[in-house]
Amino acid sequence: MTIKVLTANRLTDGEAVWLGADGEWRETIEGALLARDAEAVAALESAGKAALGANLVVDVNLIDVEERGGELYPLRLRERIRLSGPTIDFEPRKKPENSAVSAA
Amino acid sequence: MYRYDEFDHAFVAARVEQFKDQVQRRLSGELTEDQFKPLRLMNGVYLQLHAYMLRVAVPYGTLSAKQMRKLGSIARVYDRGYGHFTTRQNIQYNWPALGDIPKILDELAEVEMHAMQTSGNCIRNVTADHFAGAAADEVADPRPFAEILRQWSSLHPEFSFLPRKFKIAVTGAEHDRAAIQTHDIGLHLKKNAAGELGFGVYIGGGQGRTPMVAKNIRDFLPAEDLLSYTTAIVRVYNLHGRRDNKYKARIKILVHETGTEELTRQIEAEWRALKESDLKLPQGDINAIDTYFRPPVLPERPEGWGTLAVAKRADAGFAAWVDQNVTPHRHPDYGVVTISLKPIGGIPGDASAEQMELVADIAEKFSQDEIRVSHEQNLVLPHVALADLRTVYDLLLTDGLATANAGLITDIIACPGLDYCALANARSIPVAQRISERFGAPARQSEIGDLKIKISGCINACGHHHVGHIGILGVEKKGEELYQITLGGSADEITTVGEITGRGFSSEEVVDAIEKIVDTYLGLRTGRQENFLAAYRRVGAAPFKEALYGPVSRAA
Repeated sequence: MTIKVLTANRLTDGEAVWLGADGEWRETIEGALLARDAEAVAALESAGKAALGANLVVDVNLIDVEERGGELYPLRLRERIRLSGPTIDFEPRKKPENSAVSAA
Repeated sequence: MYRYDEFDHAFVAARVEQFKDQVQRRLSGELTEDQFKPLRLMNGVYLQLHAYMLRVAVPYGTLSAKQMRKLGSIARVYDRGYGHFTTRQNIQYNWPALGDIPKILDELAEVEMHAMQTSGNCIRNVTADHFAGAAADEVADPRPFAEILRQWSSLHPEFSFLPRKFKIAVTGAEHDRAAIQTHDIGLHLKKNAAGELGFGVYIGGGQGRTPMVAKNIRDFLPAEDLLSYTTAIVRVYNLHGRRDNKYKARIKILVHETGTEELTRQIEAEWRALKESDLKLPQGDINAIDTYFRPPVLPERPEGWGTLAVAKRADAGFAAWVDQNVTPHRHPDYGVVTISLKPIGGIPGDASAEQMELVADIAEKFSQDEIRVSHEQNLVLPHVALADLRTVYDLLLTDGLATANAGLITDIIACPGLDYCALANARSIPVAQRISERFGAPARQSEIGDLKIKISGCINACGHHHVGHIGILGVEKKGEELYQITLGGSADEITTVGEITGRGFSSEEVVDAIEKIVDTYLGLRTGRQENFLAAYRRVGAAPFKEALYGPVSRAA
């Protein structure tokens, strides 16, 4: 079966997080707890419910991943973008130093 | 501009206090997500892919310099240094922490702003022509009526849980810049033969998965009947609109399923019972709101005619910007300036904190302290003297805000798409960026002329693709992004829904496909005066389909 990991958004700031093998929610998929069989999937689901109930995270979802070149690769683009952040150069560039407003 | 009275101040302050408490109870675990979600949505707080998103209302798209400065400051202090102006004249912050949002709302309240009516199944923030109160072709300023609708609709107890969201737009000019026929209610402010103000009333327009052009149900509704008639419409919708299926819950479906004639009959019957009620607007009340929107006193600046002509001759870049981004003002010595938030290859609608502050400074000095947000995701300086255009241009140039492309092919509307949005199926922004780069050369854009490209990353159509002259809809197919193209849409006084060309294009193919469409248009237009939409309406889809997919078999 496809490998599954558990992801959610952290309650306090909405940041995307993944459930780690150590039971902690982490900001990267690296070290995520992998479910390779139905029993493990059920365990992830119950961990998700518990975290939701404990108000640690919201919007908990199981997602499909593959191991590619030693890294976890989410199968859906949506999940890859949740992992990488926006695929665009969104942080504004600072103005060049010498372009100070002078014409006014 | 409208200023809050004591009631408004108290109302917004009370709401912020209430939400502060709700956020605290959520963070402490006292409220579950299921309990909290409807509360946060009533305050404009969404959860997106990477973070919470706060959508702040800009009523009818009008801002003062002080308000814009505050929006910039919030971007810097609480977010990542930028904000995104939306297709509903609002602004979104993409990265606020939940615990900071009450503080942001406190700061917004200081400048008479809030985030109510930007989400949920209520009457949403009312939008208006972004050139309102300034355009040469305007009959009357629609904003006093938009403000009356805002006051009436804010936390309206009867209309806080409608079957679905409800959007109202108002224009006061024959040429519709507010896309009123794509709204649940569209209002066209006009004068009758006696010179009295009233509205052409349209209902049941909308985009999303079932695009519909609104139906005109009244040619002239006297201004005093605005609230009674609007109440009658929303009441009939509230009663009969479908609540069993989210996708069939908008008033457009009710209009479609009931029939325009029958629904109008029901509305008129409801209205007769309301017409002489407290909802009738006394002229005194209209006048009181009107005073807030009294046009600024604009000094004569006839020297601008000469200086502008000289300045244009001296600088081709400036001349191109004036020709493209400055439109006629009702005062001949002034112009309406569109500040493009579509730099070539940039992100449509995004502005940095510094850019917002720069615009605020310019508005204060050169535009009577007024700024507008357009649904096309640009900013507008409504009252700039021709004599000041050169100075304003030079200032805009210092921070990448002088792109001369208003209304051209690179002035693209794009929703946030899969880069941010939890509902999206495909990315919009990168497609907009690549199209912008492909066609960005000034001579090429100018040669192509007026052409509106609109891109949505899912069928909800926040990027208005249905009404783009060229519309692009991103979908997900077999795990890949696929882009469907529609042609011939328009959201002005002749509103049409675009037609799908055929099979979609991959992300790699889509910009080439757009180029084929544009080249086809250039090849068949009768001359430069025939813009893309006019040419499409003349020749239909066939030549474009052939360019995209090859010759169609005549036997088929």
